[in-house]
Amino acid sequence: MQNQAGRIDSALAIELVGISKSFGPVQANRDIHLPVRRGTIHGIVGENGAGKSTLMSILYGFYQADSGEIRINGQRTEIPDSLAAISAGIGMVHQHFMLVQPFTVLENIILGAEDGPLLRPSLAKARSELERLANEYELRVDPDAVVSELSVGAQQRVEILKALYRECDILILDEPTGVLTPAEADHLFRILEHLKSEGKTIILITHKLREIMAVTDEVSIMRRGEMVKTLVTSETSPSELAELMVGRRVLLRVEKTPAKPGPVALEAKDLTLIDDKGVERLRSVSLNVREGEILGIAGVAGNGQSELLEVLAGIAVANSGTVTFRGQDLDLSKITNANQRRKLGIAHVPEDRHRRGLVMPYQTWENTAFGYHGQPRFEAGYGLMSRGEMRNDAVGKIERFDIRPPDTNLKSANFSGGNQQKIVLAREIESDPDVLLVGQPTRGVDIGAIEFIHQQIVTLRDRGKAIILVSVELDEIQALSDRIIVMFDGRVSGERLSSETDERELGLLMAGIDPEKSEGA
Amino acid sequence: MNDKLPRWVDLALIPLINLILAFLVAGLVVVFIGEDPIQAVRLLLVGSLGSSYGIGFTLYYATTFVFTGLAVAIAFHAGLFNIGGEGQAALGGIGATLVCLAFDWPHWTLALPFAILGACLFGAAWAFIPGYLQAKRGSHIVITTIMFNFIGAALVVYLLVNVLKVPGSMAPETRNFAEGTHLPFMHEILGVFGVAISKTPLNLSAFLALVGAFLTWLLIWRSRLGYEMRALGFSEPAAVYAGIDPVRVTIIAMVLSGAMAGMMALNVVMGFQHRLVLDYVGGAGFVGIAVALMGRNHPVGVVIAAILFGILYQGGAELAFDMPNISREMIVVIQALVILFTGALENLVRFPMERLFVKSGTRTG
Repeated sequence: MQNQAGRIDSALAIELVGISKSFGPVQANRDIHLPVRRGTIHGIVGENGAGKSTLMSILYGFYQADSGEIRINGQRTEIPDSLAAISAGIGMVHQHFMLVQPFTVLENIILGAEDGPLLRPSLAKARSELERLANEYELRVDPDAVVSELSVGAQQRVEILKALYRECDILILDEPTGVLTPAEADHLFRILEHLKSEGKTIILITHKLREIMAVTDEVSIMRRGEMVKTLVTSETSPSELAELMVGRRVLLRVEKTPAKPGPVALEAKDLTLIDDKGVERLRSVSLNVREGEILGIAGVAGNGQSELLEVLAGIAVANSGTVTFRGQDLDLSKITNANQRRKLGIAHVPEDRHRRGLVMPYQTWENTAFGYHGQPRFEAGYGLMSRGEMRNDAVGKIERFDIRPPDTNLKSANFSGGNQQKIVLAREIESDPDVLLVGQPTRGVDIGAIEFIHQQIVTLRDRGKAIILVSVELDEIQALSDRIIVMFDGRVSGERLSSETDERELGLLMAGIDPEKSEGA
Repeated sequence: MNDKLPRWVDLALIPLINLILAFLVAGLVVVFIGEDPIQAVRLLLVGSLGSSYGIGFTLYYATTFVFTGLAVAIAFHAGLFNIGGEGQAALGGIGATLVCLAFDWPHWTLALPFAILGACLFGAAWAFIPGYLQAKRGSHIVITTIMFNFIGAALVVYLLVNVLKVPGSMAPETRNFAEGTHLPFMHEILGVFGVAISKTPLNLSAFLALVGAFLTWLLIWRSRLGYEMRALGFSEPAAVYAGIDPVRVTIIAMVLSGAMAGMMALNVVMGFQHRLVLDYVGGAGFVGIAVALMGRNHPVGVVIAAILFGILYQGGAELAFDMPNISREMIVVIQALVILFTGALENLVRFPMERLFVKSGTRTG
């Protein structure tokens, strides 16, 4: 309940004190303190899974914090649901818009805020209110346009108008530019500046450092569920932010000898990928990897690394460019080329083992052959599979990769993250590939398994195989790679030898700034 | 499919409780119209299982439901909900009929392989179109298959009235098939061995249904295609990663499903009626959905569930005959209740069971 009369004047629009939230064993937020000053744009940055969205969901009443309190305008406020958040003056623009597509702008705006059972008075009121808001904030949208016919940028403005119509003072935007073109993003930032000048408080969640630097007054950095720091934007730099975001994990040391790179195994030239929303995910990416070498691809998540890996693995389509393997051009025009790649000797440990790498309800022996299930050794004639052969194969992999529990019949969903990843790695490494594509090999994996997995990758390299490693963990990239490519905004922003660079320089490259002012090779 | 419950609870106890609930509610309905529910159940069971005559009819119906139930189960494992069994079976009937009418077959052993081919081809073709549309254009399989039921029914009517009808006859049905296409009845088969049972429509197709169940089991759990179908059914991105072509597997799964639905024509058309009559499928395609749901999409479960529905069909007919107050429609209500409880309201029992068994720590794995 908002208490207009008793409002305490305070410099802080929002203050989160000691917020903790866990989902089962996963601690999404740990003792978070966040002060947001009134009339400012406050950025929150962090990697995917850092806990930004959970925190905002607590503020907007989707989740309840396990402990801690929320103070709005200096007053302790309970927010059991989003209605309470709205009446406390908080508005939220979600990453995925919450609009009814066939409705008009006006209908969307009054949805849930109708004054009575008849729509006409509400619509009339909304129309005049909308006109006022449009003039005040430069938020021009045709009130009678059907939402599905609006551009993405315009739909986002409708979301903002919805929040303003509900008289919000505090506006939260979750990754607002993820779906926008650069011009639309600039328009959005002008609107935000305008809102700020009218005294609104804005929280901007993003992992794009450039936006933080461009529009925010203060910025808070989150990492693995914790609030690392709150800084004044003008007193920090993108590289400092990148470093704080990625952080340094304790002691990741991998025993490895210097690489002995051989001839080029896999080479990509000018790869371009435009996704179905028309966003350019890869912009003319070129790279090569040599035999006996680990090429690390660093970057903040969402800068094209995933798409690059999928194009190389034959499960995403590139719009242009070539990939050559041992002098042979690979087909980039279909999403069903995974088999062709495997037959050539290109194995792939996908970034998302739950969605791609494993069939979760399959038992171990079914998953240890997944993708290689067409091999003659698993055949029993008449299109049947040899379960005995598959089980034997699984027993060997379980033993050599120390998969626990050593149960060929356990469903993959019932293994821990580390052991699931070992199943995938065992399968791909034991296929004896010439090139191994690895995405996020240790995401959600316990420390013990991390060491084992890293060791396996290095061993493969020492056998003269080429490895492309994609990871958002900078220290993992540094520990494993012989050569590092940094991606930013779908482009290669720089290439360094692992031995000749440091976090600082990589951090800058991850923010799209090349300290040597030269384009990557 | 479910990790939380012991297998026997998932496969046996839950369907049993669902069934009991269905009968309790059905019993209330019987009480409501002033009849004795205990007596009704007795009549139903005696009518369906109390004599070789009853059992013959029960298994005859069950044979049909095994085919349509397996059809739903096959598609289900590839993540496809094929509710077009009705139309696919209708087309399968055309296929089998064309084969039977094509020649003056000297003996059923010669006609049978070609009739199987005809029934499968026509059923498969009718499932291919929705499968193709789903795989290539993203048209939802539930929508297209149900529409194809109507198109199929209309097509069969057209063919029966304008093409296949006996000239000069008023009845929209084909002429009787030649003697050499009639599948042997079970009473004939057993008669050879000196076992005398009542004359019923139960015929050789019952064995074909069991073979079909076995082949389905081989397909789903032993073959590479089945492995790929299940992978696709669980997760399409994973299937793509493993080099499985979703378009190809979707279409093949639908074609196999349609072929299995078409097979029911052997039982009804070639095994019993010996001619194609209007609306010969009579809802068996839809019963197949309930059979597959209740049988957990496992061939063994499908066979058991099909027999249960056979009991309901045959016992229901006897019940309507012996208890004049219980009309034919009443029987449909009882059957519908079974479908409702075993299919649609499955979670009604599942959630309390999960709470009960997961809390008491029965799970060991």
